[in-house]
Amino acid sequence: MVDVSVESQSEGQLDTVQMLVNMGPQHPSTHGVFRMVLMVDGERIVDVEPHIGYLHRGSEKLCEGEIYAQIVTLFDRLDYISNLNNEMAFCRAVEKLMSLEVPERAEYVRVILCELNRVASHLLFFGTFGIDAGAMTPIMYAFRDREKIQSMFEAVTGARMMHNYIRIGGVKNDVPDDFRQRMTALIGELRQGIDEADRLLSFGEIFLARSKGIGVIAPERAIAYGASGPTLRASGVPMDVRKDAPYSIYDRFDFGIPIGEKGDSWDRFYVRVEEMRQSLSIIEQALRDMPEGPTITPTRLVLRPPQGEVYVRGENPRGEIGVYLVSNGADRPYRVKVRPPSFCNLMAIRELLLNTYVADAVVILGSLDIVLGEVDR
Amino acid sequence: MLLDVALLVALSLTLLTALSVVVLSLVWIERKFLGRIQMRMGPMHVGPFGLLQPVADAIKLMAKEDLLSSWVDRVIYWVAPLVVFVPVLMIWVTIPVARDLVIRNLDLGLFYIIAFSVLSIVGLVAAGWASSNKYAVLGGFRAAAQLVSYEIPLILAVLGVAMLAQSMNLVQVVNEQNVWVYALIQPLGLVIFFIAGLAELGRTPFDIHPAESEVVGGPFVEYSGAHWSVFFLAEYINTFAIAALTVLLYFGGWLFPGLPGDVPIISLAVFLAKTYLVILVIFWIRGTYPRLRIDQLMSLGWKVLVPLAFVNILMTGAYLFYGWPAWVLSLLSVAVLAATVWGLSKAMRTAPRPEVTVRIYNPTSEAGHAG
Repeated sequence: MVDVSVESQSEGQLDTVQMLVNMGPQHPSTHGVFRMVLMVDGERIVDVEPHIGYLHRGSEKLCEGEIYAQIVTLFDRLDYISNLNNEMAFCRAVEKLMSLEVPERAEYVRVILCELNRVASHLLFFGTFGIDAGAMTPIMYAFRDREKIQSMFEAVTGARMMHNYIRIGGVKNDVPDDFRQRMTALIGELRQGIDEADRLLSFGEIFLARSKGIGVIAPERAIAYGASGPTLRASGVPMDVRKDAPYSIYDRFDFGIPIGEKGDSWDRFYVRVEEMRQSLSIIEQALRDMPEGPTITPTRLVLRPPQGEVYVRGENPRGEIGVYLVSNGADRPYRVKVRPPSFCNLMAIRELLLNTYVADAVVILGSLDIVLGEVDR
Repeated sequence: MLLDVALLVALSLTLLTALSVVVLSLVWIERKFLGRIQMRMGPMHVGPFGLLQPVADAIKLMAKEDLLSSWVDRVIYWVAPLVVFVPVLMIWVTIPVARDLVIRNLDLGLFYIIAFSVLSIVGLVAAGWASSNKYAVLGGFRAAAQLVSYEIPLILAVLGVAMLAQSMNLVQVVNEQNVWVYALIQPLGLVIFFIAGLAELGRTPFDIHPAESEVVGGPFVEYSGAHWSVFFLAEYINTFAIAALTVLLYFGGWLFPGLPGDVPIISLAVFLAKTYLVILVIFWIRGTYPRLRIDQLMSLGWKVLVPLAFVNILMTGAYLFYGWPAWVLSLLSVAVLAATVWGLSKAMRTAPRPEVTVRIYNPTSEAGHAG
């Protein structure tokens, strides 16, 4: 009935065969259109072949045909869960190439929104990770809070996703008048909501049994795979671009970076929970210090940056994003290369999945928190 | 003769109708209750308080096209839902809902129920196999492994009750509880029965064979329309049966202090109230917990529940043999239960305390800068 393949092994009297299971691209827990071809022996995974590319839109090539101001929208669509962080990375690259000063107030607005975006992204992770482990309620808690953040984004940028708000030289427009009060209230609600969701899921015995010690990645291996962000930090490597190579105004804030100890799925999960709390503290500090003033350095619509090349790094919710930009002095870039964090984090998947169970595969993939828009570009 | 047949048909139709109404109510309660747990409203728009939502769902399911993959093994594929459904229905023949409200008051009622409830597993495995879908096969095998291993602690727990009541007749079991309900005398048995019951239902945290995020619905993945709804119906009737059995075996069935146990309406109301409370607990668990992995589930079953069930039987035997007062057994039960919970929480924890594995590293306030 079911086509079984490859060699059959004799174990005493019983003949067992391995089965090829095609997980994805249409599977509820592959987080988009990721596809894994699993060779399973019963429930145990003996071989994995990951396939990517179902969401390939040629974003990098498309960038070469657009003027610089238009590329921001393409970056929105890379990691579509953390749009603002992507916009920021690209805008910083152009600004660095042109040596463009960004007004003080714009930097603060950028940092506040980027950190808020980080919280929104991690909340989404929180919910979907719960679903992967079989808990159906955490996602409702997470989305309640994420919804408030989305409303805030709508109030500031005019869009819930795909904001196109961070522009080369600053931000599109100033924040609303009551921004400070609304943000303060929002932070309070988020703190409470995160604690509530945390109490619901994080320390339950069943959840611990499902995620503790599952998908362990050693620090050396994580570094070798080029992992970054929470995936790397969960293995105990304290690397965060915001600390190591502070960009924008991140050196002005006092915040910690959560690091794990074992590098298992639970650590990757909880590092993100703690990161949300740290991000909220950054937002609070930024709100306190935010100066008045202009929010954008006026530039021409059609920019012609000088000839040259530039590479910037930024800390996205999923890890380190790198933008490599080559300009030949024209109004369109000669080449744009993105180093997407999810793509590099995903590289470890084969090693992580070998000799685990099918049920673990779902949890491990979930704990890497990939976004296919960014993996495939 | 003709009268007998007519009576049989009438009884079966009554039973089917009653159970269908129960399933509709369960669906509505589950959706509303889960909605409340998840800060949603649940169904709102179809009928007052969304009361007609289950009816709308049922109509939709019946009207749906019954898709059939060209690779399926047709005979097994069509028979499987019935193999699941019929045993689930059959056990209701001997479940009393009030003292005199039972179709056949069998003296071996408990034995009959257990014998029939195992049968539906065959249907799940057959459905998984015949669907010619690898997820369905995985789900079917999971169902077989899970349900077979949980049947044993379930039976052993029921045995404890049969020993206390000195009977396998469910009416007799309830009548024996007119002084102390067995939940107080034998809390260990209750816990074993309830956990094993959840596992047999395949409900959270043991919803391993239909696991949506892993095997995408398991054995049911290829079914649609009316055939899928037969599985659905069976699952909910089974849920109700396990809740009803919990009430009958451990919570005194239709008995309630101060209320007459021989007035059918009152005892039916008491029984239904207790059963729906147990069902709310099942739904509450569904809204709260993640899912166990299949190997964790198996080791919980074989390494914890089966030995515990034997301990339960041993203690009950000693209690009967030496004629101890009932509180001795319940104390022993609680002690064993507490020791198990303590031991399990020790054994399941792989790290000293999970909090310590994630710490906040702040290079500006700590000496040294790594990175």
